[in-house]
Amino acid sequence: MTAHVVNVLLSGVFHASILFLVAAGLQVVFGVQKIFNLACGSFYALGAYAGVSAVGWYAGVGGPPALFILPLALAGLAVGAIGIIVERGLLSFVYDRDETFQLLLTFAVVLMMEDAIRLIWGTSPRSTSGLYLTYGQLRLFGAVVPVYNLIVIAASLAIALSIGWLLTRTTFGRIIRATADNREMAEALGVDMRWVYARVFTLGTALGTLGGALVIPATAAMSEMGIELIVEAFAVVVIGGLGSMRGAFVGALVVGVLRSVAISVYPELEMLLIYLIVILVLVMRPRGLFGGAAA
Amino acid sequence: MKGRLVVMAATAAVAVAPLVASTYHVLLMLPFMAYAVVLLGLNLLFGYAGLVSFGHALFVGIGAYTGAFLTSHGKIRSLEVILVAAAALGALVAVPVAALCARYVKIYFGMLTLAFGMVFYTFVLKFYRLTGGDEGTPFLRPSLLGRSLDAMPKIDYLVGPYYYYSLAVLILAALGMWRIVHSPFGLCLKTIRDNPVKAETLGIGVTRYRFFAFVISAIYAAVGGALLGPPTGNVDPTLAYWTHSGNLVFMTLLGGFASFFGPVVGAFVFIYLQNWVMSIVPYWRLIFGAMLAVIVILAPEGLMGLVTRRRPAPASRA
Repeated sequence: MTAHVVNVLLSGVFHASILFLVAAGLQVVFGVQKIFNLACGSFYALGAYAGVSAVGWYAGVGGPPALFILPLALAGLAVGAIGIIVERGLLSFVYDRDETFQLLLTFAVVLMMEDAIRLIWGTSPRSTSGLYLTYGQLRLFGAVVPVYNLIVIAASLAIALSIGWLLTRTTFGRIIRATADNREMAEALGVDMRWVYARVFTLGTALGTLGGALVIPATAAMSEMGIELIVEAFAVVVIGGLGSMRGAFVGALVVGVLRSVAISVYPELEMLLIYLIVILVLVMRPRGLFGGAAA
Repeated sequence: MKGRLVVMAATAAVAVAPLVASTYHVLLMLPFMAYAVVLLGLNLLFGYAGLVSFGHALFVGIGAYTGAFLTSHGKIRSLEVILVAAAALGALVAVPVAALCARYVKIYFGMLTLAFGMVFYTFVLKFYRLTGGDEGTPFLRPSLLGRSLDAMPKIDYLVGPYYYYSLAVLILAALGMWRIVHSPFGLCLKTIRDNPVKAETLGIGVTRYRFFAFVISAIYAAVGGALLGPPTGNVDPTLAYWTHSGNLVFMTLLGGFASFFGPVVGAFVFIYLQNWVMSIVPYWRLIFGAMLAVIVILAPEGLMGLVTRRRPAPASRA
């Protein structure tokens, strides 16, 4: 019994730690730029495919299997550079428009990325065969847990802490928070908005692509994974509160664990339960559990 | 006056299309007409009330599943009954959804509608004993005006009676919407869109108007959704998926949300362009995504905006 509970909880927390990365990317962009980035799921998918390719290349050149997580994470971070292209090439043209147009522009990116991924990597699912259990398994309270899951959970926690440090302890973080609070004032004080927006959007993108890369040993990359994950990440940020990092953290835990519990108890409920909670939160507390505070 | 001539000429062209155009192109007109009905309703929210719904596929799905359910489980084949039932069910679901959504605007409105859409999507996907899951439910051939047309070959049925039936529904829907947007109700909606605070001060119940606009647009979406079923003979959950909602907004923007007939033009261009692109390369999303980006950045008024070359094109003149 405990073994089962631990299994369900840990797989929920594993999913939550991936969700947190994508949702954190969504939050930082929304907090500063007030853009709800539908494409962050697509960035996640891109990271996943890049991860598969990088690990495949790494195995091809005969790198030690124990270090496969390095090329995986690096590839995930590297493709995050697409953020700057999307930001400079598309979004920067519509900053002065109604947010409807900004939302639709990110939807355009969703459409383009889905087919771009099919074009590059084909339509059949891709996976990293066998690497998942490279680090072995661990017995925890009778449950057997892949060590890789624990590594990802730890990495996600570390990233959460570094984001917190970045936002509160560095100059860049202070600028981000100032911009999120009052853009005009920040601009008047000499902050170059183009510089901030480009960096913030790239940061948000890289968090998504990294999340995609890290999830990939545990599952297979599919071209629809992005549009499926974005609605989960959306649930996370709504429950946690738009623009709040703490919200992303708690929201990801709520969604990840609840989903995992629902799947094991009554599979039909899976996401239905999550969306009902989302509606409940939006109706009762539209700003979410941690809403109001920016970034 | 000129606008009226164009509309009448276009309607006449659609009416004679089955006589002159190839079957392939005539069959493409069926989803076009169904989507045109959906988008006329969507644009009451988008163009006239200024609210962007990212969950309207919910009501398209309700309409389509109503028809599929009635024909395959309920033994009811009359399309009139199906359309009325779809409208009624669409309205029934829309009332609580609209009551909650109408209090919000902009991003929160979009998110709440998206969440409701996904509730319905996961419901039809997961409760497969009722809905057939991802395989969907068959939409058996409906009878038209009390006449069963089961003996007819499928193509003849679709390019003949069903085609003109859809056209009639579209014309009625357009006339109805024309009346709505030119009524005091429609004018109040536009006032609310342009300045909600002032509208409230003038004594317009902002939330109430948004509520009714939402319910009306849901009814249109459900009726259009029911019309989508018979040509394919099957309805599946992707009809209710959030990307389908996004495509609906895309079509509206493509045609031009600021013009009454913009969404109709958008549906037409979207359907034909999509088919044409797909006949050349399988990657229509890549091309359409790029197209959407260009429209958003360079031509936010859509095709109608390019034709009429007027900035906030007043919807009172088509």
